Amino acid sequence: MKATAINNNYPHVSHRDASLGYRRREHVLMLLLMSPAVLVVFVLLLIPLGWLIGQSFYADGFSLEHYQRIFTEGIYWNTFWVTFRISFIVTLLALLMGYPIAYAASILPRRWSMLVLALVILPFWTSVLVRAYAWLILLQRSGVVNESLLGVGLIDAPLALVHNELGTIIATVHILLPFMVLPLYATMQKIPSDLIQAGASLGGTPLHVFMRVFFPLSLSGVLAGMTLVFVLCLGFYITPELVGGGRTVMASMLVSRNIQLYSDWGAASAVSVVLLICVLAIFYVVSRLVPLEKILGAK
Amino acid sequence: MMKDTNCLKYLFGSSVMVIGALGAGQTLADGEITFVSQGSAYQDAQTVSILDPVAEALGITIRQESAPDAWPMIRTQGTTGQAVWDVVDTPPLNCVRGGNQGLIEELDFSQIPNAESMPEEYKTPYSVAYEFYSSVLAYNPEAFDGNPPQSWEDFWNVEEYPGNRALRNHPLGTLEAALMADGVAREDLYPLDVDRAFAKLEEIKPHITTWWTSGGQSAQLLYDGEVDMLMMWNGRVSAIINEGADADFTYNDGILQNTHLCIIEGAPNQETAVEFINAAIAPEYQANLPLHIDYGPGNPAAFDTGKIPDERARELPSFPENAERQVLMSYEWWASSAGEQAERRWLEFMQR
Repeated sequence: MKATAINNNYPHVSHRDASLGYRRREHVLMLLLMSPAVLVVFVLLLIPLGWLIGQSFYADGFSLEHYQRIFTEGIYWNTFWVTFRISFIVTLLALLMGYPIAYAASILPRRWSMLVLALVILPFWTSVLVRAYAWLILLQRSGVVNESLLGVGLIDAPLALVHNELGTIIATVHILLPFMVLPLYATMQKIPSDLIQAGASLGGTPLHVFMRVFFPLSLSGVLAGMTLVFVLCLGFYITPELVGGGRTVMASMLVSRNIQLYSDWGAASAVSVVLLICVLAIFYVVSRLVPLEKILGAK
Repeated sequence: MMKDTNCLKYLFGSSVMVIGALGAGQTLADGEITFVSQGSAYQDAQTVSILDPVAEALGITIRQESAPDAWPMIRTQGTTGQAVWDVVDTPPLNCVRGGNQGLIEELDFSQIPNAESMPEEYKTPYSVAYEFYSSVLAYNPEAFDGNPPQSWEDFWNVEEYPGNRALRNHPLGTLEAALMADGVAREDLYPLDVDRAFAKLEEIKPHITTWWTSGGQSAQLLYDGEVDMLMMWNGRVSAIINEGADADFTYNDGILQNTHLCIIEGAPNQETAVEFINAAIAPEYQANLPLHIDYGPGNPAAFDTGKIPDERARELPSFPENAERQVLMSYEWWASSAGEQAERRWLEFMQR
């Protein structure tokens, strides 16, 4: 009996060995399967990024000249100031508009909430370029908005709605709104309705329940949406280029001007690197408050 | 390219350049050249009017490539000594700047007899004029009731000529216009008084609705009635006039610009390249170009061939009577260090 008991142990041990070897082989296989993706990321993302960073330190040998210029010359400061200001305003407007939409989508019956979300996502499938031109047509001097306002008699002269910072903000909010609504909706949907009912049963008015229960629970979604919109806005290019009238110079346009006007790849790279560091810093700060996968994957 | 610096074209151009670079392995036999221009309708027009007839006449093969902005590629090919291109059709600024930096071959004009009769200012040691266009004052006649602006002085006169205005978001040509508006005579423009030009631009800045970046954008602004007057390229105005837009322009105070042909330093087919340049500026081929696009011939002798109908000739920027009312942009000045510094001040001016 004893012997068999011991004997019985052996198959168990050898089985464990086999499973370990099997797992290891599985790991190798997984790595192999992943290798095309890793290779793509490495070749198309990491190498160019390294090259970009290298170039930003290069001017006839190693040099900090490009960075020095960014931190001392007025135009660079100005551009970053404009970029952050526009991004901040856009984020705020997107939140003010996106929160009620996401809230409505989360409390409406499923069929209606799908409709609301579809309306949010639909413009998403139209090219950014097309939407910028659409805003031009709507907002320009002889555009639909100005003509209607003039027709109704609300204004005497056309308003300058586009070819300036205002036009840039309007068009950018439109483009980035889905990035606010979707994380907000994902968060709100997971707030148990029992909590709201509990709040109400304890005598809270709807407003009180919303402020004390619902809103604080939706804050992680607010933060996720704001981060996404802000970060995406920092790098916006086509929209300010087309509807900004040439005066609204954002950081990405500074990159392109540096190359197109001055063929200065080092300066352009340095601006890109600074912008990238800003984005990473924002993500770092936010990740201390909300898990990063919640922002990126909207878990 | 100077006429079309929109970003999409730039990207497209870069990708074409990459494809061009990949094909660099094969060496070209004699009797072949690689010719680079700026693409789109302009390159198509050249192919029919100049490139195909020249290839046939010389018995050579012309491989075409296009790059809206040739400068980065000229720099790369010149500095690495791995020239792939032979002849480039590009603004003379690139030819002169490239020549100064040893990226562009000096031309031996004894091998280019067709250039002999051309005005001296249409040539540089490195290049020769190929075609002409102009930055003109265009306007919407409807907005001015029979009294449209006819000079940059009028353009700057916001009292007498109210209306929305646009200028190009680029110093080339814009500084010239500002100085003419400030009363500098056309013949006294160069060397540009940069401080004075920027001061004058500061004056008009609050009245500029849009600083345009691409030729297409400038056309759209006038076509849609978004602006009443603006600086734009003559070919772009003509195009929207043909489409039935309320638009017109004047060659008064126009800034006459051109592109030149030049040869990359160490080009693989130098001899054929020189032969090609001589043929490409021959009056009989040059005269074909304006029949296909709104650009004038680089060689004024083309007007004497009888090929260009008189009515057509009068519409062209380099037609002698039109050229007289304009100022020829000095690319030599823009290529100088003063010119480069002026260019660098542009972004600062826009940001303020």
